[in-house]
Amino acid sequence: MKTVEEIKAAIEAAVPGAGVEIVLNPGPAAQHSLRLAPESALAVATFLRDDADLALDHLSNVTGVDWPDKEIAEKVKVTRTVAKTVDGVEQQVEETVEETRKRVEPGCLEVVYHLFSVAKKHGPVVLRMRTENRSDRVELPSMTHIWRSADFQEREIFDLYGVVFKGHPDLRRLLMWDEFKDHPMRKDYVEPDDYEYEPTPHDHVLARAQEHQKKIEAAGNKE
Amino acid sequence: MNVVDTKSEKHEGWNLPPAVAPDGEGELLEVSMGPHHPSTHGVFRMDVTLDGERVIRLKPVFGYLHRNHEKLAEGQTYLASIPYTDRLDYICSLTNNWAYALAVEKLAGQEVPERAEYVRVILGELTRVQNHALAVGFLLQDMGASGTPLMYGFREREEILDLFETLTGSRMMCNYMRFGGCRVDPTAEWLERARKIVAKLPKFVDEFEALLIGNEILIARTQGTGILPPDLAVNAGVTGPVLRASGVNYDLRKVDRYSIYDRFDFKVPLGEHGDVYDRFMIRLLELRQSLRILEQALKDIPGGPVMDPKAKIRNFRPKPGEAYGRIEAPKGELGFYLISDGGPNPYRYRVRPPSLINLTILEDMCLGQNVADVVLILGSVDIVLGEVDR
Repeated sequence: MKTVEEIKAAIEAAVPGAGVEIVLNPGPAAQHSLRLAPESALAVATFLRDDADLALDHLSNVTGVDWPDKEIAEKVKVTRTVAKTVDGVEQQVEETVEETRKRVEPGCLEVVYHLFSVAKKHGPVVLRMRTENRSDRVELPSMTHIWRSADFQEREIFDLYGVVFKGHPDLRRLLMWDEFKDHPMRKDYVEPDDYEYEPTPHDHVLARAQEHQKKIEAAGNKE
Repeated sequence: MNVVDTKSEKHEGWNLPPAVAPDGEGELLEVSMGPHHPSTHGVFRMDVTLDGERVIRLKPVFGYLHRNHEKLAEGQTYLASIPYTDRLDYICSLTNNWAYALAVEKLAGQEVPERAEYVRVILGELTRVQNHALAVGFLLQDMGASGTPLMYGFREREEILDLFETLTGSRMMCNYMRFGGCRVDPTAEWLERARKIVAKLPKFVDEFEALLIGNEILIARTQGTGILPPDLAVNAGVTGPVLRASGVNYDLRKVDRYSIYDRFDFKVPLGEHGDVYDRFMIRLLELRQSLRILEQALKDIPGGPVMDPKAKIRNFRPKPGEAYGRIEAPKGELGFYLISDGGPNPYRYRVRPPSLINLTILEDMCLGQNVADVVLILGSVDIVLGEVDR
């Protein structure tokens, strides 16, 4: 079994300009992965399947992962010139202040592929791909034409995460019903207000019942 | 009755099911098989288009038992998910426990004591025996052998479930394995009882085979039905007995050598034609190999602790990282993929369900067959809807 570095070198030799990045796994499992650029992913995947040394003919597992927008608060030291009155005389004084700055790291949806070889009996080789954002640019190439086992799993990710797989032959929701709107596996998914009557509500059920009642009253007053 | 236009169906790529053309006589009939039909093994539906009795299109419909298992597991601690894995494939709860425990042990780098590994192998193989006995029984039930073979399977399964109950406290929802070992230590009496039951089982397999293998109806209905070519099986991610029935030598107990499977002497039975008959026979042959492993494991089981004393149960927080762990469950490759962010809950918890992925090629196997054989082909894949829909 080749290491990730060797696989990366083999991919770059076979598919020029593939843009493969190594993502290290800090945990004890040490299953490192390769991040593919979506533009060249199909060529790389075809190479991995057909290469005689690797022969990764078994796409075992396709996983969707949601990485929401992260707000990072950083403390930055800022030096600026301030007008100050020192001993009755106005002066320009330099002052260093610590400021808390917030920046938003944009999130994305990630798809992880675990590949094994049935012919050579080795693995796993882990591939990852990321969408540009989580709202409107969520397209990734579909692997179904290379490994048929991606068929239902990509449909599941489309259903639960909202990744649109370009080139998938039959991209429909798999587990939720067709009329369903949201993507339930996303981290910011809000459950619908589907409180059901209970004869003696208590604790969190009571809290939910009261909240539900307030919503109904508010809606009733509007009408 | 609906007339459907099959020309609008586009099939691209080399590995997608070929469009079967209707013969042009009469109208096409669209049948919705399931979700509440005994032959679908749960709440599962197939939209089948028929030309006469011939299947020309088949689309499985899932989600009737969907409860978003993965999302629920992300909201609770690693330990709290163990009883919940029992409910995936509710026939084989112990192998589900095992696969999850293996993935977490990989994620956290934990060790398992030797005795616990033996107990895991014993319970895993007993699970395989009862699953295969049931799968064969249900397959014959689907074929019209009403009751008798199924009840033979149930009779043996019941003894094994009694064993599970004495050890774990539950027949089916065992909740037994932990990260770093097992929950309770089996007593010497329990092991003795297990030995007695295992010693009786080969007789059951002999009886089953004698009753069934030469049966003319069974041979006529199953041989040459639902053929799955090996290259398509590998490409479609099919695993377990279905893959080996097509002649592909891929058993994770031999390939990954996880746990202590390298210590046992057993063979991997392989099919030749990849039809329903081979899938049926593979399960009977695997039953015999499992009994061989059980005999060896019950003979060699050492003393010692059944749980790693250093293992952390409370406040378990694995370091950031990820791990994919898989085992050879009775239905195929059962994998768990976990991402940890250092917190008490997994950031991402994914189940690789063998039942769902084995259904990818259901349409390919059924195209051109009679509608009565669809039931048989589905039965030979051996699915559990708790795992398919999660």
